[in-house]
Amino acid sequence: MTETWIILGATSSMARALARAVAARGDGVLLAGRDMEDLKALAADCALRGARVAEAIAFDARKPNGFKKIVDRAAREEGMISAAVFVGSMPPQSEIDADPALIEGTVNDSFSGPAMFLQTLAPLMEERGGGTVVGVGSVAGDRGRIGNYVYGAAKAGFHTYLSGLRNRLTRSGGHVVTVKPGFVDTAMTWGIEGMFLVAPPSKVAEDILKAVEKKKNVIYTPFFWRYIMLIIRHIPEPIFKKMSI
Amino acid sequence: MTWKRIEYTGWGRALTAESEIARPERLSSLTKLLAEAPGPAIGNCRSYGDACLNDGGRALQMTRLDRYLAFDPETGILHVEAGATIGDIARDFAPREWLPAVMPGTGFATVGGCIANDVHGKNHHIHGSFGQHLASITLMTPKGKKKITPERNAALFKATVGGMGQTGVITSAELKMMACKGDIITVTERRAEDWDEHLTLLDNSRATYTVGWIDATAKGAALGRGIVEEAETGLGLVPPRKKAKSVPFDAPGFALSSPVVKLFNTAYYRRVPDRGRTLVKPITDFFFPLDRIHDWNRLYGKAGFHQFQCVVPLASAPELKEMLELIAKAGLASPLAVLKRMGKGRAGYMSFPMEGYTLAVDFPNRGRAAQVIAELEKMCAAAGGRVYLAKDSLATAASVAKMYPELPDYAAAVAKADPEGIFTTDLVRRLNLRGGAA
Repeated sequence: MTETWIILGATSSMARALARAVAARGDGVLLAGRDMEDLKALAADCALRGARVAEAIAFDARKPNGFKKIVDRAAREEGMISAAVFVGSMPPQSEIDADPALIEGTVNDSFSGPAMFLQTLAPLMEERGGGTVVGVGSVAGDRGRIGNYVYGAAKAGFHTYLSGLRNRLTRSGGHVVTVKPGFVDTAMTWGIEGMFLVAPPSKVAEDILKAVEKKKNVIYTPFFWRYIMLIIRHIPEPIFKKMSI
Repeated sequence: MTWKRIEYTGWGRALTAESEIARPERLSSLTKLLAEAPGPAIGNCRSYGDACLNDGGRALQMTRLDRYLAFDPETGILHVEAGATIGDIARDFAPREWLPAVMPGTGFATVGGCIANDVHGKNHHIHGSFGQHLASITLMTPKGKKKITPERNAALFKATVGGMGQTGVITSAELKMMACKGDIITVTERRAEDWDEHLTLLDNSRATYTVGWIDATAKGAALGRGIVEEAETGLGLVPPRKKAKSVPFDAPGFALSSPVVKLFNTAYYRRVPDRGRTLVKPITDFFFPLDRIHDWNRLYGKAGFHQFQCVVPLASAPELKEMLELIAKAGLASPLAVLKRMGKGRAGYMSFPMEGYTLAVDFPNRGRAAQVIAELEKMCAAAGGRVYLAKDSLATAASVAKMYPELPDYAAAVAKADPEGIFTTDLVRRLNLRGGAA
């Protein structure tokens, strides 16, 4: 069946890997983000890998009045419309501690912006009677930790939103996959100390596509993060509050 | 974060460097890096020695800038970012009946690395070197981006192709791809019983792709024995390869000791029947045979290995035979040894190829390996040949200057393109390639 993917935050390396993977099977890709020069290069790349349509399109999570235009562009494509959300921002917690106003932008990029976009898109998906939303959250959203709890809180909000959206879209044949990546080898984690078991972005894309096919609800990628987070979530709060992991 | 402090090596693992490495994912990040904290570009570090090292300095790893930017199915010109690998391009375009015109022995080499080393492949005798199939190169320096072509920017182009990254960061290139029949390859393997037969088979080969595997442990009457492979691309169906395997740890020293290698080589030689045979394989199996084992360099253990690769003029075949005798007597060689006839094709001042025979042999980095290689280097220079900088980790500045007569032209063009020396690497310092005070 014809499928077109709106990829939000398409300049990230995880998004790039997914865009290439769906392009290779002939799907359309609308690559949304801020760096238009980079998105155009990616669009050319996806077209040469087999994408039916590949276009760069401007998207800024903090400018919701541009969302409708992207949905309208997607509506011009036949078949199923799917979306993959890779946006988010993670300023160091110390910067947020110094300037609490940064919380607004973090929540906007990681939760409310993408949620507003998906809310704008949902009626189109319902009308077409299918499609998939891939929402990239984070293991950081599973429990608030001293190192990045504002980012974690925003992602936790996004997880909850995705769960509700899944509840809604199921009724019209659609599906929502919540993806919680552990450490992935991207520009965001490059050079940060203490990284272990770092997965290449292509592995994350592979896991996402498998989850989409099998209609999984929540996945951890790589899979073992499910167990790492299971342990972390079950540490009793009186102990957890004294830890710094 | 932008920078990561890494201790890293070339493929041979004999030389090490510690550098601050950035890995830009977008062109805009690269532009910023070059303006603020420039350094030489590196790819997948598949050169063997110190071509990709910059000890105590910075380096920009280009592997994430790997996109196909444009392809014209009429002319076969592919505009591709420098971090794309030859293996990916081959896998993606062979089904559309196009291949990179020249492919080195590993698919993990990046386009940028192939240009900077002006690599050759198994079709060098017909199609020449990688740099001869470029419509343009886009170079970036702190001054900005510049598209250069062999016609309009002859000197800069010749200093960039085979130029070890000294003229700027290669961000993309237009490759003139070659039409092929499909993504399988028909390979005919023949035994060559000795040196003379080996050279005769190579000399008489009319195939597009020809290469000889040589048993560098065989002595006496069997000296120079090996297997000559000739191949042509074709159309058909062969089962896809199973996933690549990897070497999970550094092998102990005895793994590649002399008796083990001798046994292996004899078995490898005898596996091809006396009358020869023809096989059909996926193209990548033929072009990149060792890529099926990831991290195979770990088989040489922690100390790593050296590869000696030289080329000598056709008339110096007897001298090359003497070099092989020295190698066989030393008893240090590994199973990986290759003999090939090269054509004239080269595209840069510092390009390796010359018309003649090239011999490549791996030596585990132990015992007398460095002395044997130094001796081979002398013999090679005396025979009018040259060593391959992409493989080298032991040569001296004086002998390289003799082997590469166009070095002054190269140094002049590099001085003009990068007067401050921001793209200097360990190899360039070791061999004093930029000239001036050593």
